[in-house]
Amino acid sequence: MLSSQIKSNEIIFGSCNKDLLEEIIFYGIGLGADFVEIFIENTDTSSVLAEEDFITSVSPSFGRGAGIRIFKNKKDGFVSTNDLTKNGLMRSVSQAIEMLDITDNKKREVFNGLDKHRDYSLSKKKWINEVPSIHEISEKLLVSTKSLKKNNKIITRKGSYSRNLQEIIIASSDGTYVSDIRLHQTVGLNVIASDAQYRSSGSRRFGSSGMPHEFRLWDHEKAANDVFESSMNMLYADYVDAGQMPVVLANKFGGVIFHEACGHLLETTQIERGTTPFENKLNEKIAHESVTAIDEGISEGSFGSLSVDDEGMEPEKSVLIKDGILKKFISDRAGELRTGHKRTGSGRRQNYSFAAASRMRNTYIAKGEHSKEDLINSISDGLYCKSMGGGSVGATGQFNFAVEEGYLIKNGKLTNPVKGATLIGEAKEVMPKISMCGNDLELAPGFCGSISGSVNVTVGQPHIKVDSITVGGR
Amino acid sequence: MNSKEITTQISEAADSLNLKKWDYGASFSNDYSVQVDKGEAKQLKASQKQILTIRVWNESNLVGITTTSDVSESGIKKALNQANIASDFGNKNESTEFSPLAKDPIEVKDSKKRNPVGIKKLLTLLREAEISLLESHESIKSVPYNGLSESFYERVYANSDGAFRSYTKSQAALYLYARAEEENKKPRSSGSVKLGYGVEDIDIESCIKDASNKTISHLNYSSIKTDKYLICFSPESFLTIINAFSSMFNARSILDGVSLSNKNSIGEKLSTEALNIYDDGLHEKNISSSPFDGEGTPTKRLCLINKGRLENFIHSESTARIFKTMPTGHAGLGSKVSVSPDWIVVEKSEENSDLKTSLDHTTYEGEFVYIEELNAIHAGVRASQGSFSLPFDGWLYKNGKKISIESATVAGDIKYLLKNIVNIESNQEVTTSGISPHIWVDELSITGDA
Repeated sequence: MLSSQIKSNEIIFGSCNKDLLEEIIFYGIGLGADFVEIFIENTDTSSVLAEEDFITSVSPSFGRGAGIRIFKNKKDGFVSTNDLTKNGLMRSVSQAIEMLDITDNKKREVFNGLDKHRDYSLSKKKWINEVPSIHEISEKLLVSTKSLKKNNKIITRKGSYSRNLQEIIIASSDGTYVSDIRLHQTVGLNVIASDAQYRSSGSRRFGSSGMPHEFRLWDHEKAANDVFESSMNMLYADYVDAGQMPVVLANKFGGVIFHEACGHLLETTQIERGTTPFENKLNEKIAHESVTAIDEGISEGSFGSLSVDDEGMEPEKSVLIKDGILKKFISDRAGELRTGHKRTGSGRRQNYSFAAASRMRNTYIAKGEHSKEDLINSISDGLYCKSMGGGSVGATGQFNFAVEEGYLIKNGKLTNPVKGATLIGEAKEVMPKISMCGNDLELAPGFCGSISGSVNVTVGQPHIKVDSITVGGR
Repeated sequence: MNSKEITTQISEAADSLNLKKWDYGASFSNDYSVQVDKGEAKQLKASQKQILTIRVWNESNLVGITTTSDVSESGIKKALNQANIASDFGNKNESTEFSPLAKDPIEVKDSKKRNPVGIKKLLTLLREAEISLLESHESIKSVPYNGLSESFYERVYANSDGAFRSYTKSQAALYLYARAEEENKKPRSSGSVKLGYGVEDIDIESCIKDASNKTISHLNYSSIKTDKYLICFSPESFLTIINAFSSMFNARSILDGVSLSNKNSIGEKLSTEALNIYDDGLHEKNISSSPFDGEGTPTKRLCLINKGRLENFIHSESTARIFKTMPTGHAGLGSKVSVSPDWIVVEKSEENSDLKTSLDHTTYEGEFVYIEELNAIHAGVRASQGSFSLPFDGWLYKNGKKISIESATVAGDIKYLLKNIVNIESNQEVTTSGISPHIWVDELSITGDA
């Protein structure tokens, strides 16, 4: 159940909290704050793990809390608490005011009360009763792990599911008053294969937002086949030789490179820090003209989609790069205040204990006109990265990504599988080298960890060709 | 409610639900942190958090669990109810019990708990540190990643068998990552992290000096030729690689089939006889030490590698029972109890005659690559396969000179790495994740741009 028991002077989910929220905001403004924002959440989470042919872990959790943010000039104070009573919230406001050392409360901002309640949760209250039960999840996960048992080289089989139902209330001194319910579900399959001294692994993850029946519709047989084939293809693979070479990156999760290596550099938090090479490049060419890149929060059911961001703004579709020209940065409230870039509905946080920051949602390179075969045929000696592992970006923009499943390209054809490949480069050097984009755009879910915690995102791209990149190997 | 009252509350609620067997772990914390930007406060944060994890055993002795941040009376009842429901799905193939050591005496040292200095003091200190770092060299243009924090917390474990343990601690952390820029060169960045029981224990000057020296030392850089090199791992980077492959010592990972070791690996020769590795969570230099684990088992020093041979695995209650041994104090409370190391200590054993002691990073004049810091561990390590391919910050030493390496990765296999250790220097250094000397390894692959 999401709704809490009713008490006086306490935030009640599913009820009108307008008077109490206004009182708290008035209190903060009265003490001299420029801006007061209250983010309150109530969460209900479950995760299930199947290993081999048994359920080995069922982990429910629930919680609630509030994050209160006060702005004064361009700095902000943020306090989080589990205490949702009026006294608890007032105390948090006082603490934030005190942290900011606000002593001059004569020059007050005007707070005209909260606007009409925008309630995005009305059609979503039934979700809690529509999501699959633990019993249903367990049964399907066990069928999935059984599907992975295709030969005796598979020594480890795992299936995992988790869902997070998050009910939120956002109120701020610009009048914002919003409620919403969010549902995220994710399911993954993993195997380890072994034969004598050879070992390989395979994994796939799927995810959705706002679709309570999605897990029931998940094609576990197809997923199991993909994971099994990947692990078998890589079991006897040789290590790749290191060097500079052209590569083709597969669609879907191949987009993680754009997300990590370029997307983060287009967040206003990076401008604030002075850590993006693109800060003064608006309307300049930063990528090959074949590249158009988008960040949006509106694709129905995608893992990074939102009805409203964590600052109460509806997400927009932001064209970040159009035909190689930088068009927009991803911005939140603090980003707009400190860098001047308009908010894009991208203020996001893991939960109430983090202040929102500019974060990506569904981020992808738009489709081009080529087939996958066109890209591969254009390379005489290179690497095809069919499945990407994780990666990271350093403080000065260098990125590093593991290739989970790779194949050599010889004379325009895919040949031997290779393991141990790592792609290394810098966004501003690699973006101009993306010379061909395929026509097969697909998206994939993931989790992105950054300044405001881990948030659900989607990455994506069609198949793309990078003319030259450093491939790490042995 | 304090921890005793919560225990009573859980006990009474469990009785009312006819739950005879339960345990819980809880954490209550108050955290304060500041960030600055060019002398100005950027973000100031305070948080009050409480996390309660309750396990219950049903009549079939199956375990269910729930975690919540709601420690009110109603929250505790709801958590017990949910855990009871979850117990219907408890693991029938691997039972869980209370740790047999959950009531053993624990080694409670002076916790060195400090008092809060407050946000204003944190802000003043960080502002001064940022200014000092910016003024330390003309090429340092900003300190984009910085923070000073202090935390005060209590951890509790209790069970229906009468075990009750708790401890309180304080901890402070300072990190400074500087960015240096010079004309016609790529920006370079490096930094330093320091921990202390309280802010007054942190050596701020040393953090500034380390961050500045490291950053400046990378200003003159060059690409490195892709090849195999003699490697010297800094203490920090060697501990990073050992922690990344700690599944080799982990009984849970062995049972899950994701370790390079198996049940019969004890005694296996992994490395030179000169190598000893311990896990020592109670080491006096471990600021984050905890006297007991998530199951209430006392923390203790455990030898993992003795004279190059695998000596012990780390265990939870259930893995220890399966391996017919005792828990080692490395469990994390969860539906599936996790196992992880605390604080790794690497040292040279007495059997060290085969080492090439001429390899000393301060004096050796031959060619080698010095790996200062390994990055992107989550992406570049395949623990279940033993392989790694990791970007690093470091230098190429050649002809008596050192030059920063522009951008490169080191790749290899952990078993190969351990077998090819050619020297373990004598001086151990304390880092934020453990203690180790410099370690030399022959013939690892480096991929560079050249």
